Amino acid sequence: MSPTLAIIIRLLAILILMLTNGVMMIYMLRKVLGHLHIRLGPVHVGPYGLLQTPMDVLKLLTKEDITPRAVDKWLFFLAPAVVAVPSLMAYAALPFGDGLAAVGLETGLLFTFAVLSIVPIGILMAGWASANKWSLLGGMRAAAQQIAYEVPLLLSVLPAVMIAGTMSLGGIVEAQSGTWLAVIPRWFITNPLLWPTFLIFAIAGLVELNQTPFDLSEGESEIVAGFASEYSAMKFGLMFLAEFSNQFVLSALGVTLFFGGWMLPWAPMSWYEAVPVLAPAVFITKTYIGIFVMMWIRGTFPRVRIDQLMDLGWKRLIPAALFLIVLTGVIHKVVV
Amino acid sequence: MSDPRVDIMRVGLLSEGTHDPGTPPAGIRRAPAGVDGLTTEHLIINMGPQHPSTHGVLRMLIEVDGEEIVTAEASVGYLHRGIEKLAEHRKFNALGTLMDRGDYVSGIHGELAVALAVERLMEIEVPAKADWIRSLVGEINRIASHLIWYGTFGLDTGAMGQFLYAMRDREALLDILEAITGQRMTFNYVRPGGVVADLPEGIDDKIRAFCDTFDRYLDEHEALLGGNEIFQARVKGIGVIDAEKALAFGLTGANLRAAGVDFDVRKARPYAAYPELDFEVPLGTTGDAWDRYVVRMGEMRQAARMIRQCIDGMPEGDYTAKVSKALRPPAGEVYASVESARGETGIHLVTDGGDTPYRMHYRGGSLFALQALEDIVPGHLIADVVMMIGSTDIMLGELDR
Repeated sequence: MSPTLAIIIRLLAILILMLTNGVMMIYMLRKVLGHLHIRLGPVHVGPYGLLQTPMDVLKLLTKEDITPRAVDKWLFFLAPAVVAVPSLMAYAALPFGDGLAAVGLETGLLFTFAVLSIVPIGILMAGWASANKWSLLGGMRAAAQQIAYEVPLLLSVLPAVMIAGTMSLGGIVEAQSGTWLAVIPRWFITNPLLWPTFLIFAIAGLVELNQTPFDLSEGESEIVAGFASEYSAMKFGLMFLAEFSNQFVLSALGVTLFFGGWMLPWAPMSWYEAVPVLAPAVFITKTYIGIFVMMWIRGTFPRVRIDQLMDLGWKRLIPAALFLIVLTGVIHKVVV
Repeated sequence: MSDPRVDIMRVGLLSEGTHDPGTPPAGIRRAPAGVDGLTTEHLIINMGPQHPSTHGVLRMLIEVDGEEIVTAEASVGYLHRGIEKLAEHRKFNALGTLMDRGDYVSGIHGELAVALAVERLMEIEVPAKADWIRSLVGEINRIASHLIWYGTFGLDTGAMGQFLYAMRDREALLDILEAITGQRMTFNYVRPGGVVADLPEGIDDKIRAFCDTFDRYLDEHEALLGGNEIFQARVKGIGVIDAEKALAFGLTGANLRAAGVDFDVRKARPYAAYPELDFEVPLGTTGDAWDRYVVRMGEMRQAARMIRQCIDGMPEGDYTAKVSKALRPPAGEVYASVESARGETGIHLVTDGGDTPYRMHYRGGSLFALQALEDIVPGHLIADVVMMIGSTDIMLGELDR
């Protein structure tokens, strides 16, 4: 098999994964929120309502694509693509197993964060182009959030990188193999030094994803639907899909950085060789647990206010993250 | 078009081309230059009448500097149905149906206000049982109304869960009200002279069962929303209406009591069975959104307490006085008011001896709360506006009547 063909097949696999994943996650969101809210979620279309979301995708595809007269046509058209394409690219470096990434980048972590940080630019474009005051406010909020939280998010992963000694996502997972004192798996989350780091990662990650309680850029009770107010049909569908896809990517990053990636605790390496689907299955299961927690938060928490959000980012998280990097450096290099 | 605001609606901030910074388009007021000499433009936004959090069809015109509100102007009347005028063409027995459609989430209180007014004019003696039933359904309706407020207030903050939990409890209450009155929201149950029908068989067990679970559920509600750090950060210190301002604006009900003013129509001018019921009036201290939250949650507890007392102390006897179907009060003037879920709901009736009122005035708490809101909104952020609207529990059906 030629290398070009191999890459095309891998990228196709990612595309299919992203699309089916998005559909599954929307179904999951509806069911999880439904049961959190003492109702059932979708039940009528297909067994257990499973076909509800595919039907909704069909509906979005066949709906009229409305372009309001006053919009900036180019930006309005481009924005969904700028939102959706990077979130697709972010899958490229995720390690689904031992060496099982579409593109095994040495700087996978940096790459993933770099492409994910393009998404808010698309949101800002959408907000600006819509010629709607609510959209504009949503776009501006997205920009402010982005600037404030990109920094702590990146800083929060550095301690893990420092301990692993590599920026390759696969390498970071391998650095978490084995056990402490022959009992506790060597996942970074079991290292007390990385607990506050994980907290910062989780908060900043939720902000980056525009997830409750930080969903200010679309905060439906305040600014109607924010940047998405004027979008309809599949343009809206793409943004919606990208939101879920990013959720998956960020959860996957969390799993990779702190929860041992595709590894089961205490399982010897020979297992993964004997059962090739074990590693991806473990990885996706862990990722979905992370997604479930996000949905749980989404179903429960109120939204913070923009000034409180900025306060938290600039005054608390960034200094804390910087301090943690120094602390990790000192403890890891001097003591251990 | 002379109104500059109309122009800015049409122009929009994002119209083609860039305007000369020296001459801002009509309607945009330039903010004073900041410390660094940076000037920004104010944006005028039409919040509502189609907006998810203006609780119906309230329209707020807000002028914002970034996210901060500079001025706010409420525009009402989108739900005006002319209830006061319609009342001039309704028989006295039928006024209640109009009141149900005024404040439609606590209809009983509107009906009761009308009934009290007519009874005072005609000097009708209401049997004790009717009074107790009125208090019972009134308090049930108060909880149902407060639950809607609690649920939507949470929705305003962006939380979803508690809304459906509130709906679950309200559903049980509406079932009880349906069993008693035959309707879920527009009851037409309280009439001049008493109530329309006796309590159905076995309803007291149902109500007791509800009260038992509701105490537990209320703790759950308070933990779910009020116990949340983010929620507290969002509501504490927001939208302060102090006692002086509340009195000046004519606020009543929980909005007034949140500022620490001890005024409750049920205590001040007792009606129905309230003189015999044992209840406390929860009070706040500063009058911010958090106090209004605390007071309303407290009122739900007190209401549940009163419902129990009503069931236990329900006297025997007639549920209505013997009154003619065609009421013809003597010419005169009367004002009767009740403590509804939104404050003092008052009915001012002027009669000329005919079988319809000469004039009816409907006083609800929402209009006054909205006027106070307009005054306190500037200086807050956009996100706070929805919180303040939510916390004052304005009800557009009652406001626009």
